[in-house]
Amino acid sequence: MVMWCSLIKRELQLLGRQKADWLNPLVFFLLVLSLFPLGIGPEPGMLKQIAPGLVWIAALLSVLLSAERLFKDDYRYGVIEQLVAGRQGLFSYVTAKICCHWLSTGVPLILVSPLIAVLLGLDWQSWQVLVVTLMLGTPVLSLLSVLGAALTMAADKGGILQALIILPLYIPLLIFASGAMEAAATALPYTGQLAVLLAFLLFALALVPLAVRQALRMNVG
Amino acid sequence: MSIILAAEALSCVRQDRVLFENLNFQLSAGQVLYIQGKNGAGKSSLLRLLAGLTLPEDGQILFHGKPLPSVAEFFSEQLLFIGHQSGIHPQLTALQNLAFWSALTEQQVADPYQLLGSLGLAGLEDIPCFMLSAGQQRRVSLARLWFTTKPLWILDEPFTSLDQQLIAKLEQRFLQHLASGGVIVLTSHQALSASYPELQAIELEYRW
Repeated sequence: MVMWCSLIKRELQLLGRQKADWLNPLVFFLLVLSLFPLGIGPEPGMLKQIAPGLVWIAALLSVLLSAERLFKDDYRYGVIEQLVAGRQGLFSYVTAKICCHWLSTGVPLILVSPLIAVLLGLDWQSWQVLVVTLMLGTPVLSLLSVLGAALTMAADKGGILQALIILPLYIPLLIFASGAMEAAATALPYTGQLAVLLAFLLFALALVPLAVRQALRMNVG
Repeated sequence: MSIILAAEALSCVRQDRVLFENLNFQLSAGQVLYIQGKNGAGKSSLLRLLAGLTLPEDGQILFHGKPLPSVAEFFSEQLLFIGHQSGIHPQLTALQNLAFWSALTEQQVADPYQLLGSLGLAGLEDIPCFMLSAGQQRRVSLARLWFTTKPLWILDEPFTSLDQQLIAKLEQRFLQHLASGGVIVLTSHQALSASYPELQAIELEYRW
């Protein structure tokens, strides 16, 4: 536990030094969402209708954008090689990475969601559902992006490869998250979709860290 | 004396090129294995094999008499590996890098300031490592050797970019480690200057 806390501390120190790593995705998210009302037209009815898909597509792309460099530095400077040789801390390192990735990309999206609600003319009820889907969905986005980053860390230009590997896995998430918001907007029950999102989250939480550890080992070997 | 690390008929192939074959050695407590060879002769590949990062094409590595894959967990608990890359994140300070490695190996540094000071890094503890010179970064990386309790050290070119004074200090630390029953495997292009009680040298030939 002490080890894990110091690893978290190290990741936060790195995020503090490399502010672009977490500011860029957030700015990207806000830019995309603020461009839509300008491009499509500001009719509240129309925006309300497309908002669920829009918010989730923007969230998905911004998280994907942030993940590319995740392991690059540690790989290049030999940190991962030495971690794999030492084994001991590798799993804690992986979970600390995932946790901090969510803190630096998922949490900011949740925090700016009131602003998004204003931009897209969402009402109180829809905003609440948006927050719940983001809380359940962004950890899954982080888990999957970390996996993609681990698989492609040794590739020179891994960005596109990573997108190709990870995007198909994002799609179920996109469908159920925007489905929940649409259902809520038309006053239908949406707990079913939320339960599916929760199931995704638990499933990914159980398996992805192991897969990431294996991917790191494979890339070093 | 019991043999700690041994290689039996080890061979390594990289990109269809045989780097070495039928390599044998046995190391017991207090011994150094000093691997020499030209650039591209396979020194780093041999070290990566010995550290368990890659698998040999043929032959096997024994740790305390058992094949490496079957004792992987135990082996890695005993191993300190510093590869060709230093393992220092340039955006973090010397202290932060040190804290990271001490946390990962769960080994406490009694006084990090004093340790870094003794390696000639006094006053540079709080500067991001990318601002340090290559030799200074190497010192931050090697600082681990002064607080680790792991018996088996595998070091790839530990003397690179270090000045004479620090090389002498490092060799002192090697002798101290060997005296307490440790084992060291290292590569270097430069001759070892301290007199080691039990030194085994392997010369890898560059072949096509």
